[in-house]
Amino acid sequence: MSNKQTTISKDVANKKIIVVREFDAPLEEVWKAWTDSSILDTWWAPKPWSAKTKTMDFREGGRWLYSMVGPDGAESWCRVDFKGIVPNKSFMAEDSFCDENGNITNEIPGMHWQNEFSGTDTGTKVEVEITFDSEADMEKIMEMGFEVGFTAAHGNLDELLKG
Amino acid sequence: MRRDVFQAIADPTRRAILSLLVLQAMTPNAIAEHFSSSRQAVSKHIKMLTECELVKQKQSGREIYYHFNPQKMKEVDKWLEPFRAKWEDRFNQLDHVLKNIKTKKP
Repeated sequence: MSNKQTTISKDVANKKIIVVREFDAPLEEVWKAWTDSSILDTWWAPKPWSAKTKTMDFREGGRWLYSMVGPDGAESWCRVDFKGIVPNKSFMAEDSFCDENGNITNEIPGMHWQNEFSGTDTGTKVEVEITFDSEADMEKIMEMGFEVGFTAAHGNLDELLKG
Repeated sequence: MRRDVFQAIADPTRRAILSLLVLQAMTPNAIAEHFSSSRQAVSKHIKMLTECELVKQKQSGREIYYHFNPQKMKEVDKWLEPFRAKWEDRFNQLDHVLKNIKTKKP
């Protein structure tokens, strides 16, 4: 049931990945879906994982602590530290892997997020800019995609190559 | 030192060399003429690109020509593919969630 196109562009030189997607819903609802943990839990984890919030404090300086629960019940913990928040417009966050108490584990690199929301004629556009501290970090995160088994055989390479 | 596509394209000179070679195969001298840095520096970059297989050399008479290897460049995109899949999956779920919010409204 994929009706909208997800655009992903990479900027390897600037250690940056930009993800853009439109949603067929008003801005306030999309904003809520990204910032309310009870809604986030229902969509944030890609299948077959599920997201489970432990604590959520959506304000500048606040934190979202959640786990990704695998099909075997194994949990990996993440924390998102919120920086600048402009309601219904944008928020910045630091994304790190951690233990269940929120202590950051350094073997997996963290990411910086800048999420922008804007209304369109038909819905809402979300632009996610993910920046890494180093190229090695960027690669490691991408490689993890393989390790966790996000297999995507049907990717459209030609379209990507144009970008 | 690491030898892979990402290391290769991390450097602006190497990216410039690649964009030259996308247009046509060139000799090392012809490539070096496009840059203000020393021939030796340029040749180091070419060597690295060759080791990463982004560039292939072919002998033509006395001259060596360097060719761009598009197959290798595709690795960058393969690498991005699981990431894309993850986001698409996530967003399709969000579509569903947003649709449900809408239908629940009076």
